[in-house]
Amino acid sequence: MGKTLFEKVWDAHSIRDLLNGQTQLLIGTHLIHEVTSPQAFAMIRELGLEVPYPHRTFATVDHIVPTDQRTEPFADPLADAMIKELRKNCDDFGIRYFDIPSGRQGIVHVVGPEQGITQPGTTIACGDSHTSTHGAFGAIAFGIGTSQVRDVLATQTMAIGKLKVRRINVDGKLRPGIYAKDVILHLIRKLGVNGGNGYAYEYGGEVFDRFTMEERMTVCNMSIEGGARAGYVNPDATTYAYLKGRPYSPAGAEWDAAVDRWSSFASDPDARYDDTAAFNAADIEPTVTWGINPGQAVFISEMLPEPDAAEPDERASLFEAYQHMKLEPGHPIKGTPIQVAFMGSCTNGRLSDFQEVARFIQGRHVATGVKAIAVPGSQIVGAQCKHLGIDRIFSEAGFEWRDAGCSMCLAMNPDKLIGDQLCASSSNRNFKGRQGSPTGRTILMSPLMVAAAAISGQVTDARELFSILKKTD
Amino acid sequence: MALQQIKNVSGTCVVVAGDDIDTDRIIPARYMKCVTFDGLGDYLFHDVRFDENGLPTAHPLNDPVYKGATVLIGGRNFGCGSSREHAPQAVFRYGLRAIMAESFAEIFFGNATTLGIPCVTATRSNLNVIREKVAAHPKQEMSIDLSLQTATFGDDVFEVSLRASARDALLNGRWDAIGELLDAGDLVAQKAATLPYFQAKSVAG
Repeated sequence: MGKTLFEKVWDAHSIRDLLNGQTQLLIGTHLIHEVTSPQAFAMIRELGLEVPYPHRTFATVDHIVPTDQRTEPFADPLADAMIKELRKNCDDFGIRYFDIPSGRQGIVHVVGPEQGITQPGTTIACGDSHTSTHGAFGAIAFGIGTSQVRDVLATQTMAIGKLKVRRINVDGKLRPGIYAKDVILHLIRKLGVNGGNGYAYEYGGEVFDRFTMEERMTVCNMSIEGGARAGYVNPDATTYAYLKGRPYSPAGAEWDAAVDRWSSFASDPDARYDDTAAFNAADIEPTVTWGINPGQAVFISEMLPEPDAAEPDERASLFEAYQHMKLEPGHPIKGTPIQVAFMGSCTNGRLSDFQEVARFIQGRHVATGVKAIAVPGSQIVGAQCKHLGIDRIFSEAGFEWRDAGCSMCLAMNPDKLIGDQLCASSSNRNFKGRQGSPTGRTILMSPLMVAAAAISGQVTDARELFSILKKTD
Repeated sequence: MALQQIKNVSGTCVVVAGDDIDTDRIIPARYMKCVTFDGLGDYLFHDVRFDENGLPTAHPLNDPVYKGATVLIGGRNFGCGSSREHAPQAVFRYGLRAIMAESFAEIFFGNATTLGIPCVTATRSNLNVIREKVAAHPKQEMSIDLSLQTATFGDDVFEVSLRASARDALLNGRWDAIGELLDAGDLVAQKAATLPYFQAKSVAG
């Protein structure tokens, strides 16, 4: 019987069984940022512990950084204290830190892959639930809490129970104007926001075989929104082509040996899965959320669901969502006016996301009354966009072009919704209050759908606005 | 590292209604701009406990009758969303010592257990009964027995369950894994030596 990638990576990193039945797992790569690490360093100091493997931890600053005025001290003294604390902790313990002046700062889940730190067959942990992103490379990547950040700093290991593996196949061909974001929103809608509880998701099938690394990252990123702590795609030629020549990728004679080793981690053809699920790519349409969790989603052409049609004990959740979103059952989502458009985040803040949107927005303009911001996921993505003139296309279309960070995905920096503003967002969570205002409202969608909403001032089918159906059918 | 053995949690209950209560709800991100966990209890469920003018809402945590509760009663998929330990830290620092729900999100469950907060599950129908009983008898204490996996409320005894690894860790006072992890000694270096990527320098590029 063959093994899954998950089992192979797990076995290669298992140190021993712990008394409570969990496993002590070696964490080969540890990523940290300013929000969930300071208390971990404080505990390390308090307990008199060392950081024995500082070369396996990498740091950057992303959640709290302003995306416009970045000279220090930051206007927000709390944010300023956090960046200084991270800098001091990295200095004190000898940890590599991609600080703002390095030109390599960005969202931790964009920085790891673009530096070549994220590699197949590895274990990765970070105090951030979207660490599942790194699974796109065939790594097993977990989001962890701050006590576990401490554990990894102090021991390079953590205690964790083994996950089951659900294989998710998406076969066939995506139709024009359908993106990786639509795929994952559709999967979460169908499998549920807690459907992945206890599982790692292995994504495969023709759609994933054809996907670029950035598309795979978009899907793996949101595994946690489906309850799966980890999600991954088996490594292949696409993976190796992406990694070749990156700063931390193996080079020279080591490259071929690394590729051989990486390939050996891919799931065997006769691997046994704890569960499977299959989807047809042609069934997927542009998908947008309408409620207050990422599973409350509809196709752009659909009417909003009737609570009466739901299970009786599900109705309260639907009513709560309608009340917060100020939307009506049975009405179309299409045509809902928006006030803010956010393009960025660890889900959709990479070069290809901006490139794709730039193809369509040239010569168009954001609607009057809509505030639209474009936030590259890293300084390198920002520099690439500048080099290609993409920043100018966005600016001329009426987007504010910003510097790199998490920004309005969770609004820990100055980028926030005001009052009950409705935001078309390429980010990953539509929880109540997520974008900085307790009454603020979020509709998750693909980057091109965000652009379409920004330009038309309402939730729109991007395929119609940009004549994508006509062009390609 | 000797930790307290947690065998039983007793106290009054407070019900937070709804499924999929996410960590942004439990502790809004703007209150994570801090370098310690001190004071987080004040912001537990902040944005549903206070309105836009900062005035208390009708949230159960604002109801004096539930003051001093130590058991939080939730719904399905409690604690979904981010990995922020700030969420269970806020729960603990508010004074709550156990959570009962239909199910828990994976990362939240682990984070809470590491802080010594038992997260026990009960069936949806039992939770509905418990919610009604708590509303009728808010001053009645509940007693959760982790080894028997029961919750006693007045004359009623409800079955609850707790994953074996967490139950073992709490009952035996090893819910914070750091002590045991540090005991691995040379095993970590030996395993690391088998992984070529682990040897790479962090100053590349």
